[in-house]
Amino acid sequence: MKILIIEDDQEAARYLVKALTEAGHVADHAADGDTGAHKALVYDYDVLIVDRMLPKRDGLSIIEDLRERDKQTPVMILSALGQVDDRVKGLRAGGDDYLPKPYAFSELLARIEVLARRRKPEDVETIYTVGDLELDRLSHTVTRADQNIILQPREFRLLEYLMRHAGHVVTRTMLLENVWDYHFDPQTNVIDVHMSRLRGKVDKEFDKPLLHTVRGAGYVIRDDDR
Amino acid sequence: MTTIGKFFRTTAIKLSLIYLAVFAGFAVFLVLYLNSTTTALLTRQLNETVNAEIKGLAEQYGQRGLSGLVALVERRSRQPGANLYLLVNDSGNVFAGNIARISPTLFENVDSEPREIRYRLIEEGGVAAGHTAVVRVFELRGGYKILVGRDVGEREALQEVVRETFFIAGALLVVLGLISWVFVSSRVLKRIDAVSNTTQSIISGDLSRRLIVTGSGDEFDRLALSLNAMLGRIEELMHGLKEVSDNIAHDLKTPLTRLRSRVESALAENGESESYREALEMTIDEADQLIKTFNALLLIARVEAKAPGEVMADLNLSQIVEDVAELYEPMVEEQGMIFVVNTPKQALVHGNRELISQALANLLDNALKYAPPATEGHNGPEPKIKISVANQADETVLTVSDNGPGIEEEARARVLQRFTRLDSSRTQPGSGLGLSLVSAVAGLHNAKIDLQHTVPSTKDDGEDHPGRGLSVSMRFPGLQDMKGKIGELAGTEQPA
Repeated sequence: MKILIIEDDQEAARYLVKALTEAGHVADHAADGDTGAHKALVYDYDVLIVDRMLPKRDGLSIIEDLRERDKQTPVMILSALGQVDDRVKGLRAGGDDYLPKPYAFSELLARIEVLARRRKPEDVETIYTVGDLELDRLSHTVTRADQNIILQPREFRLLEYLMRHAGHVVTRTMLLENVWDYHFDPQTNVIDVHMSRLRGKVDKEFDKPLLHTVRGAGYVIRDDDR
Repeated sequence: MTTIGKFFRTTAIKLSLIYLAVFAGFAVFLVLYLNSTTTALLTRQLNETVNAEIKGLAEQYGQRGLSGLVALVERRSRQPGANLYLLVNDSGNVFAGNIARISPTLFENVDSEPREIRYRLIEEGGVAAGHTAVVRVFELRGGYKILVGRDVGEREALQEVVRETFFIAGALLVVLGLISWVFVSSRVLKRIDAVSNTTQSIISGDLSRRLIVTGSGDEFDRLALSLNAMLGRIEELMHGLKEVSDNIAHDLKTPLTRLRSRVESALAENGESESYREALEMTIDEADQLIKTFNALLLIARVEAKAPGEVMADLNLSQIVEDVAELYEPMVEEQGMIFVVNTPKQALVHGNRELISQALANLLDNALKYAPPATEGHNGPEPKIKISVANQADETVLTVSDNGPGIEEEARARVLQRFTRLDSSRTQPGSGLGLSLVSAVAGLHNAKIDLQHTVPSTKDDGEDHPGRGLSVSMRFPGLQDMKGKIGELAGTEQPA
């Protein structure tokens, strides 16, 4: 995956480039708004990581400009402001996701991987399959090894989100945002309990677990044989 | 600037001076007008007297001839307070009269109307005093001319009286003006000085000072009341700001110090990569906790400052509660607690979904933390958490109750403040910000917060356990009331 980081903090940018490279991506860096806007327009990246406050040019105006020129590269906005209305502003300007600083790298990585896939055609699939687990979005049914699994509506949405991003780590925050539509972190780990319930229904009766916990990051659904 | 200079620059003094000038001008005009009319009246009377005298003398001359006239003039000249008389023939010889010396030019013309001249009256002892008289020269048949005049002393005496009155009245006016001026201005100045002194001490840092309200309900009181209300709000905000910085200093420095010493000791130990790894992982955990605390503080400060930008909408509180309850339900059950959610179909409030949800989540986090753990063999009360929404007459009440240890009466106000962690909960994890956020969110929604000792009653156990348990209620104002307020606000914003 080719990623452009538009970030004026040299230290933070160097760290991001290094970490993204280690995660197997190709990372490019622009230190100010003008260079960033130029690179984003001229080259083809899979994801842009844009800091909101940049020298020479505001991050939001870069995104607005790109969208006006019909450049649809997914954009992850980083901001030190991190308030609700700030997030709304970022998304309205054409950003695809928003992460307040300071963030955990695992969170950023999980999110940009999901972002990059968002445009791919499999997004419109009606049936998700992971190993012998199958989820039908139209009939709202889940089967594993041809056995029907009964899920609560919220459990269905949770599994649906995990399976849409099968093979990619999703964080607890991403689950809270996308399955429950909350942008705060509860003190108690309520998500873990939901996951363990889902596990009880999806994995418990079967030999091979599909739902995995990724330490320090989140969860992933994946068939390890493939 | 000198004190007197300052005194003269005050509005009260300026106003007094203007009023004084206007009244004085008016008084002067009145007196001058009065003076000129009385003078005119008296002059007319004098003229008439002189004309009547001439007419009378001319008649006597016609009847009794020159000798009769001379005798009459002689007699009248000697009367006390007599008019002026002088009878001459055409060559200027005096026949009778009481005028000793006269300028011959006076007789050159004959007057049709009396005119004023200056003359000297010879008093006893030969002293001459300047006088003014109204005189008329009249020609008789046979070339004789007679001058009749009258001293205007009476008229001047009256003018003198008027002038004196004017000066006395003027002096009185100035004195009275000065007195009222000093009285009014000292009163006004005192009030204004009090306001500016209080303001000065507020500027120099004593935000608790307030302007004096005398209770008279005058404009100074009204001004003082609004200024006091403004000061109250400023103090509140300043207090919040100070609290935040104090808290940052106190409660964020502690974990930062801990974090730093952990890293330092890991470096000093010179241990294996495994122990480094462990120290780093703990450092990240600590940093995450710090970030959370920091975010919570900022959010509270923002909500308390009622910063614009939070999207407010008409919401179904029941729906919000059910959504959050759904998120927490597995957690509560896993802890072996009874979870009761009691909501009507609809309970409308005007608010922000995210913030209300977060406040409710904080209340549930607290309830989870403090409700008694499920005991084997059911010795103690079964742990319970209940959320209820109730539509009341003019408010919508959201209540979260548990049967944990509760909060003592005297500590209840304190727990709503930032970083308050009661001693009994020091051992529990948490930042002490949960209830402060609830309180701030309630404030944003104009909702009241109620903390009470009640134990949630469920169907299987309706008994109360007095002295135990905590129920926190957020009393949202009824939507009708809120709509009224919002309407008013929108109304004021429209251009007139």
